[in-house]
Amino acid sequence: MTEPVLTIEGVSKRFGAVEAARGVTLDLRPGEIHALIGPNGAGKSTLIGLTAGTIAPDAGRVALAGRDVTALDAVGRARSGLGRTFQISSLAMEHSVLQNAVLGALGRSGRVMRLFGNVMRDRDLTERAAAALERVGLADQARRRVADLSHGQRRQLEVAVALTLEPKAFLMDEPMAGLGAEGTASLTAFLDTLRGEAPILLVEHDMDAVFALADRISVLVYGQVIATGTADDIRRDPAVREAYLGEDAA
Amino acid sequence: MIREPILNAVIMAALLAVPLWALWAGEPFTITLATRAAILALAAVGLNIALGLGGLVSLGHAAFFGIGGYAMGILAHHAQTYTPLMEAPFLIEGTKSMPVIWLTAIVAASLAALLIGALSLRTTGVYFIMITLAFGQMLYYFAISWPTYGGEDGLSIYVRNDFPGLNTLRPFPFFAISYVALAVGLFLSWRIAKSPFGLALSAARQNEARVRTVGMDPYRLRLTAFVISGAITGLAGALFADLNRFVSPTMFSWQMSGEFIVFIILGGTARLFGPVVGACLFVILEHWLGGLSDYWLVFLGAILLLVVLFARGGVIGALAGREATHD
Repeated sequence: MTEPVLTIEGVSKRFGAVEAARGVTLDLRPGEIHALIGPNGAGKSTLIGLTAGTIAPDAGRVALAGRDVTALDAVGRARSGLGRTFQISSLAMEHSVLQNAVLGALGRSGRVMRLFGNVMRDRDLTERAAAALERVGLADQARRRVADLSHGQRRQLEVAVALTLEPKAFLMDEPMAGLGAEGTASLTAFLDTLRGEAPILLVEHDMDAVFALADRISVLVYGQVIATGTADDIRRDPAVREAYLGEDAA
Repeated sequence: MIREPILNAVIMAALLAVPLWALWAGEPFTITLATRAAILALAAVGLNIALGLGGLVSLGHAAFFGIGGYAMGILAHHAQTYTPLMEAPFLIEGTKSMPVIWLTAIVAASLAALLIGALSLRTTGVYFIMITLAFGQMLYYFAISWPTYGGEDGLSIYVRNDFPGLNTLRPFPFFAISYVALAVGLFLSWRIAKSPFGLALSAARQNEARVRTVGMDPYRLRLTAFVISGAITGLAGALFADLNRFVSPTMFSWQMSGEFIVFIILGGTARLFGPVVGACLFVILEHWLGGLSDYWLVFLGAILLLVVLFARGGVIGALAGREATHD
């Protein structure tokens, strides 16, 4: 079997009396979409923070592309090849769509500290950025300010910026959140093609999208992974049915 | 609405035209006023890199202004008293050469900004404002209690310092020097705003999580901006001391830091020429209203209130509209 791109091993995190993550172990293999589901309060956000490097674990390790990144913060993990998108769009609102995408390409290039030269005339960066916008269908919005975009367009831009990073693994926090049926369908189709470039750890509430996309699904309940398997395995798993799909199972 | 580059050119031309007219009309005091405006504008152009582009509201930029001022004062003081600055381990003498003084001011202000920035930038928001204010006040009281260089009374420099090939004692050549320094400061500020670094810094102001997620360290961006900002304000301090041929702890005072912020808000935050418009307006109001009443700052306060309430983009924003994102 091929080496996993992203490995989370025995990761724990406690906030006061709450154990938000209890020895969570999961991995992300090349070419797959691994969905992480769980009821509200299951610790999904904490696990995202632990993976992205915004939360330091009490125990356990995180490895990206065979390298231990446990000690790295969010900046270090982004540089190591983790492309994260946020549940609530996190963009430079006063900048244009293209500027946001160029920012990603700039981060990828590592030439951030250059004080001279017009960044918006840098062919290498703008072409990378434009290509990413083209892929998510925002090419015609490039000059608009992000503040003037619709919610759905911001979601698309969020994904485009992650694309400019050319990451080794994507970490997507509810990319479908707040999208209409049409938006969800087109993003689902796009993510389906994306897994060949880099595997995706997908946290998503939209179960149709999860069951359509995921090669594997892990179910998180009270900070613990109670099951990992294919969509069919998960549907059949009695523990999952009880904890999470309870209403449907009844 | 006027296009911003045209507006900027008009402002820059007006700042040159007024002293040229004054030279022709024999009004040296007007030239001095224009020089004062240009130098204060340069100080605020420096601050605007941190405040406008980086979103770092430093209430301690008088620290760098004062360090520039004292760099000039100390070097010139030793030159005019023919005493060495230090003898061991190697001899350092005073100097009356402006380029040497400027370089010293820039280096000293940069080092101070590196130190103050490295500590202050670990905080954000109100804490950042307070800690920069605290550093400024520390230097203020240090200057007051340092008898070697005049303490509270400050240092008088009897003759203005030299610049090769110019008679700096005449008002217009010294204005020309200050004007060129302002132009260089504006050019640097413009290039930085357009640069890769500028894009990243401005993104860090808007959304820190965003820049982290693309693998950029906001602390490093901000510290770099703070040092560049302090260096420019330091150079302005050296010129300001030379204009007055006097340096005192007042240059370190928090009122000075506050005035720089007022220039930027009046003119337009993060706009290239915002600090220039603000400083010019301030000097004009100080001269006219100051002649009418000792309480002229009340009127300035009222104007500032109107700008904040009704013209958030300052004068530049009111005349040129919202800033274009890119061309």
